[in-house]
Amino acid sequence: MAASILSRQSTNRQYLISLSLTLLISIGCYFLVDFMGYRTVALILLLLVSLLAMVFEIFPVMLTALLSALIWNFFFIPPTLTFHIGTPEDFLMFLMYFVVALINAVLTFKIRQFERKKRDEEEKTETIKLYNTLLNSLSHELRTPIATIIGAIDTINDSENHISESNKKELYSEIEIAGFRLNRQVENLLNMSRLEAGTLKPTFDWFDLNELVFNTIKQNQETTNHHTILFEPKENLPLIKIDGGFVEVILHNLLHNALQHTPVNSNITIEVSFQDNHLVLQVSDEGKGFPKSEINYVFDKFYKLNGTATGGTGLGLSIVKGFTEALNGKISLENKPNGGAKFTVEIPVETSAINELNTYK
Amino acid sequence: MNKAEILIIDDEPQIRKLLQINLESNDYKVIQASTGKEGLMLAASHPPDLVLLDIGLPDASGHEILKKFREWYNNPIIILSVQDSETDIVSALDNGATDYLTKPFRTGELLARIRAAIKRNQTTENQTVLRFDELEIDLTTRTVKQREELLKFTSTEYNLLALFAKNEGKVLTHQYILREIWGFGYQTETQYLRVFVAAIRKKIEENPNNPKHIITESGVGYRFQ
Repeated sequence: MAASILSRQSTNRQYLISLSLTLLISIGCYFLVDFMGYRTVALILLLLVSLLAMVFEIFPVMLTALLSALIWNFFFIPPTLTFHIGTPEDFLMFLMYFVVALINAVLTFKIRQFERKKRDEEEKTETIKLYNTLLNSLSHELRTPIATIIGAIDTINDSENHISESNKKELYSEIEIAGFRLNRQVENLLNMSRLEAGTLKPTFDWFDLNELVFNTIKQNQETTNHHTILFEPKENLPLIKIDGGFVEVILHNLLHNALQHTPVNSNITIEVSFQDNHLVLQVSDEGKGFPKSEINYVFDKFYKLNGTATGGTGLGLSIVKGFTEALNGKISLENKPNGGAKFTVEIPVETSAINELNTYK
Repeated sequence: MNKAEILIIDDEPQIRKLLQINLESNDYKVIQASTGKEGLMLAASHPPDLVLLDIGLPDASGHEILKKFREWYNNPIIILSVQDSETDIVSALDNGATDYLTKPFRTGELLARIRAAIKRNQTTENQTVLRFDELEIDLTTRTVKQREELLKFTSTEYNLLALFAKNEGKVLTHQYILREIWGFGYQTETQYLRVFVAAIRKKIEENPNNPKHIITESGVGYRFQ
């Protein structure tokens, strides 16, 4: 744990820590050298080099090796306070100190390189696995609406004389739904690839939160026929500085998730509030909620709840998480005590004091 | 009456076909071009009443074509764009595009936009009283009435509403509105705009949360209708 924290330090920090530790230990040894003898000092310094080699990059470690060797020579090997070495044994000892310290640095560097390579390979296998899952669910999610469109058109064309007007109308409406569904999947894929490519940069501007929520609800009107969306706008909310498009993506996907997985005629509730400079967005539903064992995986890419009847690529909630994190926010999920799931998104925001018009008349 | 002529510039034959059938069955005459250059040439020899321009053309950026058009062409240009490209849309509007639609769009929406753009282009701006359902804006006395009842407006609120009303049906970008009302130097102060729009909505909209006059165009600006 400590090692992983240390190794995440920037290279400059690593140099600084290496140098100060070397100096600190050398000073300590300088006072104690009368008790333990100057050769023990070499071992103590060597121990430091080995420890640093375990967590730091190769160059700070080599610098430590070099510096500690010189310090040992100058301050500890008699005659002290010169670089001159008195006896051939000490000279040999100095040389060996230097070589052992370097070997230490190089060896641990190699081990870590090997580990990195192995980790990369594992990641690659994991990615391939993910891509296969994606391809499977994609071919299903894209082909279903395509099959609907082609099939409906064929039916309308082939049996031109037999098909009833009402059936024809129904087929047209199926084509329409399929088109919307395709569009939605493409949108999801685009958002996902923007997240993956790391090119997702928020552009901040001032927004009225109530308006953002109402806009998203409005955009989803065509798909929300069988649910009631409850949203009580809060009066006197300050304006917030945020990427409005991101918030719409987050809300849109949370909403869509709830629509897909809860019974018809149930309510979906959206709530907004502010707490400690954070915008808090909550979407709760009246569905079955999530099994406790699964809650931790819900935001994983391609995650789909076992036994879900409705389709989906398993991208929606991971997109929500990605966009939330791109705004430095957090998302959490809990089951409500009386049933249903509740998603909570918390995003740090700058708020504007301008909600009194008088200042700007 | 002569049929209005519409020039479609889009590299996708399917989209052109769809637009052609749709527009012709709604009594427009359609001319087509698959590249920006071809479109410019066609328009130069015979200027259409309206141009539908796909902003993502392969031969030159649609933005370049738009700029070339605007060097001499004054009729409406409606931009066709893909979703999630608000910056593209905003810069096209700032470069003289009349309106925009994102693909996929509903054809009803397309026809409404075309009709509104052509109508706006033909009416000359000498009306002094503008009426929108129950709303009445008198540009000479600077007063706003709703169902014959006088509404109280601050000077800035009135200026903003009048700007919206004079541009009925047209999408106005945040930058444009800020420049027109508050002047140069205020183009990034969108918080003023949000506050004033909210205030006007409270006065003129029956349900300010579901406005029917001042419509928000996400990431782009506002449209008054």
